[in-house]
Amino acid sequence: MSAATALATAGSAVGAAAPPSAASTGEHHGLAVALFAVVVLVTLAITLWAGRRGQAAEDFFAGGRDFSPLQNGFALSGDYLSAASFLGVAGLIALYGYDGVLYSIGFLVAWLVVLMLVAELVRNAGRYTLADVLALRMRHRQVRAAAGSASIVVTLLYLVAQMVGAGSLVALLLGTDSGQAKTWTIVGVGALMIVYVTVGGMRATTWIQIVKAFLLIAGSVLLTVLVLVRFHGDLAGLMRTAAERSGAGQRYLEPGLKYGTGLTSRLDFFSLGLALVLGTAGLPHILSRFYTVPTARAARRSTMWAIGLVGAFYLMAIVLGLGATALIGSPAVRAANPAGNTAVPLLALNLGGGEGSTLGIILFALISAIAFATILAVVAGLTLASSAAFAHDLYARVWRRADAGGQVTEHQEVLVARMAAVVIGALAIALSLFAQQLNVAFLVGLAFAVAASANLPVLLFSLFWRRFTTRGAIWSVYGGLVPAVLLVIFSPVVSGSRTAVFPGLDFHWFPLENPGLVSIPLGFLAGWLGTLTSRELPDPDRYAELEVRALTGTGAA
Amino acid sequence: MPQQHTSSPDQGERFDWWAARPAGPARAVPKSRRTTRQPAQTAPPAQPARPVAPPPGQPVTVPPAVPAAPVSAVPAPAVPAAPPAPAAQALRTVPVPPAPEAPAAPVDRAEVYRAVQESAAFQEIRRSYRAFVFPAVGAFLGWYLLYVGAQAAAPALMRSPVAGPLNVAWVLGLLQFASTFLLTWLYARNARTRRDRAALELRWNTQDQLR
Repeated sequence: MSAATALATAGSAVGAAAPPSAASTGEHHGLAVALFAVVVLVTLAITLWAGRRGQAAEDFFAGGRDFSPLQNGFALSGDYLSAASFLGVAGLIALYGYDGVLYSIGFLVAWLVVLMLVAELVRNAGRYTLADVLALRMRHRQVRAAAGSASIVVTLLYLVAQMVGAGSLVALLLGTDSGQAKTWTIVGVGALMIVYVTVGGMRATTWIQIVKAFLLIAGSVLLTVLVLVRFHGDLAGLMRTAAERSGAGQRYLEPGLKYGTGLTSRLDFFSLGLALVLGTAGLPHILSRFYTVPTARAARRSTMWAIGLVGAFYLMAIVLGLGATALIGSPAVRAANPAGNTAVPLLALNLGGGEGSTLGIILFALISAIAFATILAVVAGLTLASSAAFAHDLYARVWRRADAGGQVTEHQEVLVARMAAVVIGALAIALSLFAQQLNVAFLVGLAFAVAASANLPVLLFSLFWRRFTTRGAIWSVYGGLVPAVLLVIFSPVVSGSRTAVFPGLDFHWFPLENPGLVSIPLGFLAGWLGTLTSRELPDPDRYAELEVRALTGTGAA
Repeated sequence: MPQQHTSSPDQGERFDWWAARPAGPARAVPKSRRTTRQPAQTAPPAQPARPVAPPPGQPVTVPPAVPAAPVSAVPAPAVPAAPPAPAAQALRTVPVPPAPEAPAAPVDRAEVYRAVQESAAFQEIRRSYRAFVFPAVGAFLGWYLLYVGAQAAAPALMRSPVAGPLNVAWVLGLLQFASTFLLTWLYARNARTRRDRAALELRWNTQDQLR
């Protein structure tokens, strides 16, 4: 894709993103619109700059593998902390107090799985994708096909969730409720992410993540300090005031305000917690980040940075959530948005001096722009991961095999990845436009559940189980993927409840909203059964190669 | 410890062998790796049956870099007591042995990997990795699931106050943060002190044998 086309696309994207929303904004959203435009221009500049620095496959899929641990740590947390985290978690804490904290902890603990079981071994044994690691042990096409498809499913689910969220979030930040603004936001965000990925590849995506993560952390620190200053550093006082103004009193600081109403709800939260903790280590866009650093040591150190940043962020989110409730009050937060997504921007407005004050407007616009940057960065990372899974795994290794005379050069592979990014981006836009009237908040939990049920078992079995066979690998992927998707189709989030995707129908029989509790054990079980029942014996040579390479880094890319 | 990339210039070529840019044959597609990487794949493989035990140095079976320990009687270039950076460089220069026989004999990759896997040095690396990681993963997963389960199983206990506005639930939640940071630090320390040096040494040795 030439720079000229890129600019043309970018121009139309800017045009798509800004004017309709600008037309319908109130006064104090004008600055926010201007900052949104700055975010778009800066990210496009990064993309063009990075796109010129190398066009090889290693540049496109792995950013040249020369990022430092600190940079990659920021990029990892940038990929991980979506707008749903930035605005959603603080909003949950503002509305439900302790239960919001409970929700956020799973996202952090999950990183220990990544650090200990996945990061270094995946870095040593793979080149660009999760399926590379499996292919080192099982050179069967079907293993690649299974792992590649599961990766695409996970990223697409996550992508649609992010883009639908982006539509309503940007509309919310711009103070409009028009369907047109949401539609144009989805199209604009989709077009931008396609440009980032096709033009800049992994290098641009990584730098965008770094900038975004830095802004996110800086914005959180700023607001946290302001909240603490307002309460003179008295955290106990902050908690008490928040409880008073939450409308729930002491119950605000106790478990049960959101996740404690009945056995099903508790089981559902347990299921979600399990999916969060085990799913992170199977998210394709997180795994592919480890290939952007030169060594396994660097992968470990970048994970440590990510844990520090993510942990610090969630600790600050507690202060922000409590601060929003203490300063604004839960009823006002709920009135602005029932899910609490505007708690942080409203808090910024209040900390700056309230409605009408200059500082308040500046802070509000700043926080809104950071949320917007967050949306853009996360969708770019997801698009890149799924286009890599498509081009590197499915196209180059499954459809066009070397032994069938269809050897794909690295140049062709990158070309296919770029086209795949356009197609996947367009597909995500279409799906999101279709889904924007629906309640798709469950999709994030579902993406984690699928990652935990389809990707993690096969990865862990491959790395640690000597007897694991090809059939075990294939069964493990599909044995997690299919139940997870089926259970959700027959769950109350799709039919049979007031907030379902199809509220008019009722064909649900599975009581939980998140399938993790059932589908994750099924993924492990299927891998185990497939291995036990396969006639083929495991190949000790390949396990030796995988194990030696994973633990020592021999021959690492 | 510095990145391996920034080694002294005379290490450059050796390094480039495995870190060659995508154009190089070493970057061949995994599927065709076995055939493309060895120039002489037509020759019957593995005549020299034990490429793993090159006469002098015996690199593979050297214990994993016990600092300043008597490394064995072999006239090995034993510099393990030196600070990390020079040690890493010295280690890379150790495995000279394969050089004389490498061009003549094609290496059976599977044979090399099997032999390395069975070597004492590798077993020690794997043992120290698994001995830390498996219990640690079990511990933090169990601790997290207990914490989540406790919300439903023991609501009264979770509500009981501890200090000021904090109750048991908040304390446990904050302890989750603390334990995550603590385990991260412990894991990194374990990897740095127990595994890293030995793994790097084994990496260069194995790559030299594969050459």
